[in-house]
Amino acid sequence: MIFELIVQQLVNGLTLGSTYALIALGYTMVYGIITLINFAHGEIYMVGAFVGLYLVTAMQWNLLAAMAGAMAFCMVMGIVIERVAYRPLRRSTRLSALISAIGVSIFLYSLMLLIRGAQPTRFPKIFPDRMLSLGVAEISLLQLFILAVSALLMIGLHYLVQKTRVGKAMRATSQDYDTAALMGIDVNQIISYTFAIGSSLAAAGGVLVGMYFNAVFPLMGYQAGLKAFAAAVLGGIGSIPGAMLGGVLLGVLEMLGVAIGLSSYRNAIAFTILILVLLIRPTGLMGRQIQRKV
Amino acid sequence: MTFLDNLISPYYTQVLIFVGIYIIMALGLNLITGVTGQLSLGHAAFMSIGAYTAALLSIKAGFPLWASLLSGAVMAGLFGVVLGFPTLRLTGDYLAIATLGFGEIMVVVFYNLKITGGALGLSPIPIKTNLVNVYLLVVLAVLVMYRLQHSRFGRALLAIREDEIAAESMGIHTTRYKILAFAIGSFFAGLGGGLYAHRVSYIAPGDFGFMKSIEILNMVVLGGLGSIPGAILGAGVLASIPEVLRGLRDYRMLFYGALLVAMMVFRPNGLLGGVNFRRLVLRTVRTLTGDRRPAGGDKTGVRG
Repeated sequence: MIFELIVQQLVNGLTLGSTYALIALGYTMVYGIITLINFAHGEIYMVGAFVGLYLVTAMQWNLLAAMAGAMAFCMVMGIVIERVAYRPLRRSTRLSALISAIGVSIFLYSLMLLIRGAQPTRFPKIFPDRMLSLGVAEISLLQLFILAVSALLMIGLHYLVQKTRVGKAMRATSQDYDTAALMGIDVNQIISYTFAIGSSLAAAGGVLVGMYFNAVFPLMGYQAGLKAFAAAVLGGIGSIPGAMLGGVLLGVLEMLGVAIGLSSYRNAIAFTILILVLLIRPTGLMGRQIQRKV
Repeated sequence: MTFLDNLISPYYTQVLIFVGIYIIMALGLNLITGVTGQLSLGHAAFMSIGAYTAALLSIKAGFPLWASLLSGAVMAGLFGVVLGFPTLRLTGDYLAIATLGFGEIMVVVFYNLKITGGALGLSPIPIKTNLVNVYLLVVLAVLVMYRLQHSRFGRALLAIREDEIAAESMGIHTTRYKILAFAIGSFFAGLGGGLYAHRVSYIAPGDFGFMKSIEILNMVVLGGLGSIPGAILGAGVLASIPEVLRGLRDYRMLFYGALLVAMMVFRPNGLLGGVNFRRLVLRTVRTLTGDRRPAGGDKTGVRG
């Protein structure tokens, strides 16, 4: 009985964790390249969920097309935000870029509050409530869909970053910004790409979570953004596999925490784990060791 | 106090008191983030510790105001040491991340603790904060911060901000100084929290979330990092902006967000960042007295 409960929570945690991972990837990629904690990322995820919802309900698109639409929309939004709010601050202190990001975040959720109000909107039911048996646990069709989509997107990202020219340029830029520029890489363009990719992954995460919890609301980016950021740091900020691992791990641990009766402390679980891990391994689970240079 | 009440309407009294409380907390964060260069994203957590401690002592133990405030501030400072000790040994953004996490954890803890009233919050806290005692403490805080920044201790902190490795090789015990600065900054956050609790008479965990920390950080960055007049100006502007923008109703936060971006894009070092006040005053005095000699540069490295 206990064993079955744990396996069941493992399945739930894996589903939740893969959505955290999708959001965490955007944090980690942006941080890896311009060392900015992009606090507007949670709001991009929220906007993605709303765009997906709009395309499914008002435009009657099918789910996959709506998801692609939301991803494309947020891609453009990510590029525009970087142009307007971060690029002018590239050469000033990191703190001013951070405050600018917070400004964007406040702007976006207030805008959505004005348009949609604070009440959550329900996502139309697309998947039937059928549960597939896994022997000891059950998995719903929706959970299966979330896992499959997240896995596909992450494999796609891995391919993009490891095997293509753009990916190579991204890795070079994150390793050494100035040297990459000297090697003839258009750094500004690479940063735009990074924001575009990160934002589209967040949008996909937004649509998936909107369906999973059956609620889309303007403040949904706040907790999800903070937790995904925690996941990115847990995995080692700047590391793409780290963000995936951190996201899945946090999701699983959170659900296990709920299972053992810590549900009222649910939002504290992620951060407690984060602080504990940082004390033992400051660079996160898969982070690079940073050489201190004089 | 009564004669002041007749001079200023209750509405303005309230706004001025909040400005004063925010000035005290912004000065604390300015020491951590502005002077020492350590980014803290959890200042509101220390504010909440001060607020709850002071409020509980006032309600349950009947402490006089000054004793509650002091205990709250000391408690916040102690938590600062506890959190700073493991995290400040590391360089980089770890303090930022740990303080962010700590802030979220404290909110959840206050929601679940019996003694703090959980989600219902604490009330009624006796209303004892008024214009006189707030601004007395503001003056005191400014004096303390000014003396701190222009002491051996303050110069060590500045050295850490500019280059930690160089500071260390000059014989500055960086970890100890960083923890001390963090504890003092948290102390002021706790003091502000206590004042806040004794003004609004009702506190709940939701009052001290991540957005509150960000609000205080905005004040420090907007005014100009490391600048005492900057922190005062930032707190004054940002604590009263929501009141000024009240006419915009629902569009208030929208403007606030856009304003933050615009201010950073056009004035990335803050309103008063890089302004040298001694020089400014000297120049003004010389212009006024008709003295044509160029103003002497202040080379101590304290920016504004």
